[in-house]
Parts: sequence; structure tokens; C-alpha cells
Amino acid sequence: MAIADAKLRRRPQLRPRRGRSTPYLLIAPSVLLMIGFLVYPILSVLWYSLQTYNVTQPWDNGFAGLENFRTLLFEDPVFWQSLGFSVRWVLVEVSLQLVFGLALALIVNETFIGRGLARALVFSPWAVSGVLTTGIWVLLYNPTTGIFRYLADIGIGSYDTAVLADTGSVFWAVVVAELWRGVPFFAILILADLQSASPELYEAASVDGAGRIRRFWHITLPHLRDAIILSTLLRAVWEFNNVDLLYTLTGGGPAGVTTTLPLYVAQKATQSHEFGYGSALTTVGFVILLFFSILYLRLSRFGGNR
Amino acid sequence: MSTQHLHGASLAPSAVDTAPGKEPSAAPGPTGRAGAGGRRTGRRRPGNAPRRWEIYLPLGLYLLFTLVPFYWMLVFALRPNGSTSLLPWPITFEHFETVWYDLGYSTFFWNSVWVGVASLFTTTVIALAGGYALARYPFRGRNIFLLALLCTQFIPGAMMLIPLFEIFRTLGLINSLWSLVVAETVFQLPLSLILISGFVRNIPMELEEAAWVDGCSRFQAFRAIVLPMLTPGLIAVGSFAFIGAWNNFLFALMFVNEQESYTIPVGLSYTLGEYSVDFGALAAGGVVAALPVVAIFAVIQRYLVRGMSAGAVKG
Repeated sequence: MAIADAKLRRRPQLRPRRGRSTPYLLIAPSVLLMIGFLVYPILSVLWYSLQTYNVTQPWDNGFAGLENFRTLLFEDPVFWQSLGFSVRWVLVEVSLQLVFGLALALIVNETFIGRGLARALVFSPWAVSGVLTTGIWVLLYNPTTGIFRYLADIGIGSYDTAVLADTGSVFWAVVVAELWRGVPFFAILILADLQSASPELYEAASVDGAGRIRRFWHITLPHLRDAIILSTLLRAVWEFNNVDLLYTLTGGGPAGVTTTLPLYVAQKATQSHEFGYGSALTTVGFVILLFFSILYLRLSRFGGNR
Repeated sequence: MSTQHLHGASLAPSAVDTAPGKEPSAAPGPTGRAGAGGRRTGRRRPGNAPRRWEIYLPLGLYLLFTLVPFYWMLVFALRPNGSTSLLPWPITFEHFETVWYDLGYSTFFWNSVWVGVASLFTTTVIALAGGYALARYPFRGRNIFLLALLCTQFIPGAMMLIPLFEIFRTLGLINSLWSLVVAETVFQLPLSLILISGFVRNIPMELEEAAWVDGCSRFQAFRAIVLPMLTPGLIAVGSFAFIGAWNNFLFALMFVNEQESYTIPVGLSYTLGEYSVDFGALAAGGVVAALPVVAIFAVIQRYLVRGMSAGAVKG
């Protein structure tokens, strides 16, 4: 600070003159890209949602008012089914990821032999894409080549277990596949915050006779509170938006039981090219996520203490 | 704030003496791990540290869950078709030859490399400029922009397919890999900006100011002081960008419809469509898709935790 003051006294014009346009120039590429490819598209989604717009049937296209919304709210069981699956998917996936991610972070935060290698290994699925995850789990779940067949060989389960084809088990099959890739990221976020926990607190608590469980409840959890809230909400949004895994693993099936709302949009866009209707679905998705965003901003008090 | 509360409530005097360095890990160490290890040995005492089996048992179980799927893929990629052995022996590379030459993975691979590297550069350069501005200049509109960055985290990529498709069609970029680079860059930018501005904020302003006093221009000071200290952060951000671009599936599926422009995930999804025919090819394609990103990840995972604590979580 002292250096800054001295410098400002010597050359008072340097900082204000330079500071005026430089930040805008530096930030301009980011702002322009985001306006062109995020803000404008969002506005055009709102506009498309009021249209009948199908690239394969241009003769039908035109302004439709709220017709798309009326259809999806009152005449489209797939919309309600996909919304229901989305909610169930997010709740189950995120709460399991939180529990396993927290546990994993606590374990790899300890000092033990092979910690670096263990971290690299358990976190590695994070780098793996949805399609690749699908490839791996298709092999693992397949009734003739998968793990259930080998388990049956040693007397566990039966030979014809086809978890992805069964409407009852498919939910848990996709949940486990996504956990495989989702838990590491959760663990990384929590581990990052764990490392800023003051060791003195733990020492003091030990001196005071607090056991490990008490220290977890009274020091670790309060310290992690903000990180847990933030990562949980972020994961909730990301899992809500997660499409590639479901798109390729189940295609939304069997019988549409694993179709989430974004997956339904993607199907409308890529398969039937109903851009207007898909945009209306998107708009509904935005409104739901807006609720999440407000909750997130409230809880994180973002930007308030910068 | 909860930390401070605990400081006041329960601490013995001896601990208060050592308390001022509230966040020891904030000091930049070469790996960030040396510091952690040093601290931990300090609080390790008999009866308090978890017993060995309490670490290794759950960790072992989780490792099993992590590694068995990888191993399964590797076995299928390396063993001959028709074999049911769980050890890939005798090893064959016929599946790799099939996917690389017959299924076109050599093209997909280089397309993916190109998209990944281009996205890496555009994202890193643009986010470096913007992140530095966010960290160092108190300009008007800064907080609104930060808020906007955060809000972008809630925009579903899948839901942007339709308007982005229209934009790229207007720009004539459908079937061009540039459409993927642009879309990937835009979606990577917010997190990259947040991370880089966090990294820059961790570099003491005094260092730059000292350089100015010595006669450096702002840009010279940036190049001489900030850039070298930012290198680990830039590696992390660049790797995120590369991994993101390498893995992106829906944009590539939607914007690129000619086989010579497919990227690895799209190629893999078509191999997946025929998985009932050839599991070996599917697994070998998976290995080709996984190798670069897992290798990069193994190198950067040390920076990863530190990068997250500098930028994202503290947001």
C-alpha cells in the first residue's frame, strides 16, 4: 500500500488515465462473445417459443402466441413425466454425491502413504465425458458381457440381469453411472475448502478433549458449510442440465422413464426439429432454473463482500 | 465467520497464540501439498488420528468402484472377440486397428485435437485479459458482470442448441469445427474468468506496483511479474478448456453432420449405436477417447484442488 501511495504522488496522472479505458478493452472480448452467443440466444429462445417453427415443415411456420405453452402444460404427458424424472434424478443424484463426495474428500485429506496416487485415481473419472461414461457402463451392464454375468458365475444374482432394459432398475443403473463421474468433482470442491480449515482449531479441540466425531460436527461441518451449499446447488443445476450421459446411455428409455426435461428438448431439436415447441420447453426450464439461481445467490451472498 | 466464532468460543490460550495465520494454505507453495503435509503432522497425535484401516478400507472400496469400469473397458479393448477371460491375454490390438482405420477414429481424433487446442487458446487468452481486468480494475459495471458470469452457470447447454444452431447456420458455420470452438469457448469463459481473476487476486498487488516504480509499464509489469506466477493457474484453466472441448457431445452432434468433421464423442456415440455388433471396437474407441483427457488430468490434478479453492468455491 505504501508503495502505491508513493507512486501515485510521484506520477498522479498514471493510474486514473490508464485505468479508464483499459479494463473495458480487456473485458470486451468476453462481453461481446457472451452477448452474441449467450444473451442473444436466450432472447431468441423466448421469441421462438411463441412460434410454430419446424425446419422440416416451413409451410406451417408462423406466430403461434402461447399455443406451445398450452400444449405442453395440458396435452403433453411426456413433459410432465420428464419434469418428474428431472426432479427425482436431481434429488437422488445430488444427495448421494454430497454424501460420497464429502466422505471421499475427508479420506483423501488425511495423510497416508500413496495419497497422491489415490487422489489421481479416484478423481480421474471427472475428466471422462458423458459418451465415454456411457460406453464403459454399457459394457459393464450388458447381460452377456457385463459384470452381472460374472457375478452370476460365482453365484450372485442371475444370468439375465439387463438393468438398462428394465423400467424398474434403469433408474438406479443411470444413477450409479453418473455417481461414478460426479462424486469426484464434488470431492474436489469440498477438498479445496477443507484445505483452508485452520489446523489450530483441530489442535485446540483435541486439547479440549473433543473426539473425532465431535470435531467433525463442530469444526469441519461449520467450516465447510458455505462450500457445501454452493457445490450442492451448482451440482443440482448441472445434474438438471446433464444430457449427454442419458442421451447416449438410455436415449431417455426404456419407455421414456429416463427422459429429463433438457433431454426432451434435445430430442425435439435433434430428432423432430420442432424448434418452436422445443424453445417453449426451454423457457419452462429457464424459469425453473431461475428459482435455483435466486436461491443460490441468496445463500452465497455473491458479490456482496468483494 | 463460523471459524471466528469457534475461535472465540472454545480455544485454550495456547492455541490462540498460533491462530493468526488463519489460512496457511493461502500462501502459494510449489505444490500446495508440502504445506498440507507439514500442518497435518502437527496435529497428528496418538488416539486422535484415524486408524489405518479407517482410511484404507473405504478408500479401497471406492477405488474398486472407480477402477473396475476403467478396467472393464481396457479388457474388452485388448482381448480378442469371443474371449470371456477377465485377464486381457493374449493381448490383441486388432480392435484399435479397426476403430482407427475402418471406423474413422484417426480423423475424429485429430478433429478433436484441433477443437480442443483451439478452444484452449481462445478461452485462455480471452479469459486472461478479462480475468486480469476483473481482479485489478474497479471499473463500472464490474459487479453486474460478475453476477452475469455466475448466472451463466445456470444456462443449460442442451437448451441452447436451437438458437445456437440458428446462429451458426446464419454465420455459415454448420459443419465447420469453428462452431464447436466458439460454442465451447463461450461456455467455458465464465468459469475461466472467475478462476483467473481469483488467481490474479492471490498475487500481491505490491509486486506489480514495485515494478511500476522501477519504470515498467503496466503491460511490462504484467508480463514480468503476473504471467509467470499465473502459469499454474493458466495450465489448470487451459486444461479445463481442452477437456471440456474434447468431451463435448451435444454441440458436436448438432452442429457437425459430415463424417469427416465428427469429433471423438460423436464417433463414439455411433460406435455405441452398433455396440451389439462389436464390443471390442466400442471399448477400443473408449480407450482412444479417454487416453488424452485422463493423461492431462493426471498431470493437472495437483493444481485442480488449489485452483478450485482460489477461484470457484471462494467465489
